[in-house]
Amino acid sequence: MSNTTRPLTLLHLYPDLLNLYGDRGNIITLRQRCQWRNIPLTVQTASLGDTVDFGPVDIVFIGGGSDREQTLLFTDFQKYKGPALVEAAENDLPLLSVCGGYQLLGRYYRAHTGEEMPGLGLFDAWTEAGPTRLIGNVVAEAPVLGPDVTLVGFENHSGRTFLGTKDIRPLAHVRSGYGNNGDDRQEGAVYRHAVGTYLHGPVLPKNPALADWLIRHALIRRYGDDHLPALPDRWEMAAHQSIIRRFSQSG
Amino acid sequence: MLQSPRFLLALWTGKAAIWLNRRIGHGGTSFPGTVSRKLAPSLLTALARQLPQGSLFVTGTNGKTTTSKMIAAIAAGASIPVTHNRAGANLIGGITTAFIDSASALGQLRGRLGIIEVDEATVPQLVQEVQPRVVIVTNFFRDQLDRFGELDKTVQLVSDALGKLPKKSVVLLNADDPLVAHLGRFFPGKVIYYGMDDRHCGSATMQQSAETRFCRACGHPLTYDWYYFGQLGHYRCTNCNLVRPQPSIVVRQIELRGEQGSRFTVETPEQRFDLTLSTPGFYNIYNALAAVALAVQLKLPAQAIEKGLQGYRTNFGRMEQLPLPDNKKAFLALIKNPTGCDEVIRTVAQPTGTKRLLVIINDNAADGRDISWLWDADFEALIPALPLIKQVQTAGLRGEDMALRLQYAGIPAEQLTYQSDIAQAIAGAIKDTQPGETLYILPTYTALLAVKTALTKLGYSPNYWEE
Ligand SMILES: [Zn+2]
Repeated sequence: MSNTTRPLTLLHLYPDLLNLYGDRGNIITLRQRCQWRNIPLTVQTASLGDTVDFGPVDIVFIGGGSDREQTLLFTDFQKYKGPALVEAAENDLPLLSVCGGYQLLGRYYRAHTGEEMPGLGLFDAWTEAGPTRLIGNVVAEAPVLGPDVTLVGFENHSGRTFLGTKDIRPLAHVRSGYGNNGDDRQEGAVYRHAVGTYLHGPVLPKNPALADWLIRHALIRRYGDDHLPALPDRWEMAAHQSIIRRFSQSG
Repeated sequence: MLQSPRFLLALWTGKAAIWLNRRIGHGGTSFPGTVSRKLAPSLLTALARQLPQGSLFVTGTNGKTTTSKMIAAIAAGASIPVTHNRAGANLIGGITTAFIDSASALGQLRGRLGIIEVDEATVPQLVQEVQPRVVIVTNFFRDQLDRFGELDKTVQLVSDALGKLPKKSVVLLNADDPLVAHLGRFFPGKVIYYGMDDRHCGSATMQQSAETRFCRACGHPLTYDWYYFGQLGHYRCTNCNLVRPQPSIVVRQIELRGEQGSRFTVETPEQRFDLTLSTPGFYNIYNALAAVALAVQLKLPAQAIEKGLQGYRTNFGRMEQLPLPDNKKAFLALIKNPTGCDEVIRTVAQPTGTKRLLVIINDNAADGRDISWLWDADFEALIPALPLIKQVQTAGLRGEDMALRLQYAGIPAEQLTYQSDIAQAIAGAIKDTQPGETLYILPTYTALLAVKTALTKLGYSPNYWEE
C-alpha cells in the first residue's frame, strides 16, 4: 500500500488575516514532513469571500490574529466556511487551530464588556477575556498523542478558555506555563481529530508527534492506511528538549 | 541657571552611576537614568527644556537607531551640538541617562538640539515629559510581540500619544507604510509625509513579512501598484478611496550599488539634490530619507545633508564589515524581526564568492522571549545560494531552534551544526573561514553584545565600536 502515492490536500484558512507568531511554520512543517515521506501535499488557501468544498480537503489549519483582524473575518467565517467545516470535522477531518482560531471554534467568546460573540461550537469550550495576558514558554504532557509525549511552545493570550464535558479532552496537561486558563492546568482541546491549542512558537516544528498525528489521521481517513515512516527528528528533538531543560518545572 | 539641590543630587548620582558603568566596562545603560529619576522624577523635563532648538523623536519598528545617527551626523555637519541617546538605549531610563551625560556638573545642557530614539511603547510617557518639536514615525512591524501584546496595540499607543502633542509640533510620517500614514488622520497639527517614488525598486508581490494588506479605514483589501518591502509600497483602497498620501519629501531614481551603497535623488518643496550613501541595504535609503525629512524641518542646507550622509558609517552590527587579516572577510548584521532579517538574507544570498554563515539566536528579554518570528523570515531565500555556502552554524540560547528553522527551509540536517557557547562559535567560525571567503554573522540583540565581547577578546575590535 505504501508504494502507491497518497497525495494529501491541506487547507490554510485566512492566511492573510490569521498569521501571528510564525503560523506559517506549521504549514512549512506539514509540507516538509509529507515531502520527506514522498507524500505529495497540496496547500490551498481560502480567505474572505471564498466558499470552500471540504470534500477534497485532508487537513485544515487555522491560526491566530490580532483582535482587529479576527473581527474582520468573523462574519465571513460564520457565513461561508464555518458550517461546512464543522460538518467535515464531525466526520473526523484532522484540523489544527491555534490561539484565535481555537477560540473561534468554541461556543462563545465573552468580552470584558460581558458581550458574547458566538463561536462555531465545534469544541464544547468557551473563552472569557482575562485581565492580563498569559505569556511565556510552556511544557506540557500529551498522552493523547502517545505515551511519554510532551508538547512545548510559547503562549501569548488574554482569553481564558474552559472545556465542557461533551466528548472533549484537553490536548495536554501543563507542567509549566499557563495553558487554557492558568487555573486547571489544561492546555488545548481535542475533539475527534480536531485540535485547538494556545501553543505557538510555532507549535508543529518542535512537536513532530503532533504534526505526524495530523498527517497519520489524514492518511487513515483518505486511504485507510496509516503507514508513516519514522523520521530522524534530530533538530526537532534537540529544540524540543532544550525547552524542557530550560523551562520545565519538574521532570 | 540655578538648579535645586534635589535636581543636583539626582544629576550627580546619575553621573556617578555613568562613571561607574564605564569603569566596569558597560556601555550606556538605562541604570543611571533610572536611579536619578527616582530622586528627581522631573529631571528629564528640566534638562530637555533647556534645548534652544527643541527635540526630535525618532520612533517606529525598524530604522530608529540608524535614522537618529544619520540626523545626528547631518547636525554635526551643520555644527549643531546635539544631545542624543546614541547608544540606542531607547526606554525612558536610557534616554534620561543620555541627557544626564550631556549636562555639565551644574546641570547646563551642552547640546542645542535633542535627538531622541524612542521605543514605541515609551512614546506616550516621553511626550508628556519632553514636548518634542518634531516626531517621525518610520514603519510598523511586529517586533518583540510578547512585550507589547499585539501590533495594533503599539499603533494605538503611538496614535494616542500623537494626539497629546503640543499644537506647534510637527509629525513626519512614512507615506509608503499604510499603518504609519493612517496616523496622520488623527493628528490635528501639521503632518508631513515622506516616501519613495521609484517603481524599479518595487516588486509586484507582497513579502511574507507584510503586517497587513487591509485598509485601516474600512477593512477592504488594499490594491498595490507595487511593494517595496513588507506592507510598504504604493497602495490605495478601491472601496473607501483611501490613498497613499502624496509625500512632500521624495526619493527618486535610486541606483543600488551592492556592497558599495546607493545613489538617489531627493526632492523637497524647495530643492532637488543627489545623495550618495555608502551604507548598503535598501532599507538604509528609507533611513536616509527619514533623516533628510528631519533635516528639512530643521531648515538645514543641502550641503550639510550631503556631507552628513556621505560621512555616515554603519552602526555596530548593522551589516558591518569586520577587519580580519589574511584576506578573510566577515560581516556582522543584527537580526531582530522578519523584515530586517529578510533584507539581511537577501544580502547573504547574493552570488558573490564562497561564504559561511553563523546565526546566533538568544531569547532574553531584550531579544524578545518569543522567537516564532524566525518562521516568518524568509530563510528559504538562502537555498539558491547553497552551492556557495560552505558551512552553516547556529549558536545561542535558541540555536537549536534556529538549526531546525534552517532545516525546514531546505538545508539538509546533516549540514547544520550547533554550538551553545557564542564565544567559541565565533572563534571557530573565524578560524574555519578561508582566505577569500566571507563569513556572515547574524546575531539577535543580546547575542550581538556577546559577539562584540568575543571579538574584542580575539583582538578584532576597532576603536570606533566604542562610540
Ligand atoms: Zn478602505
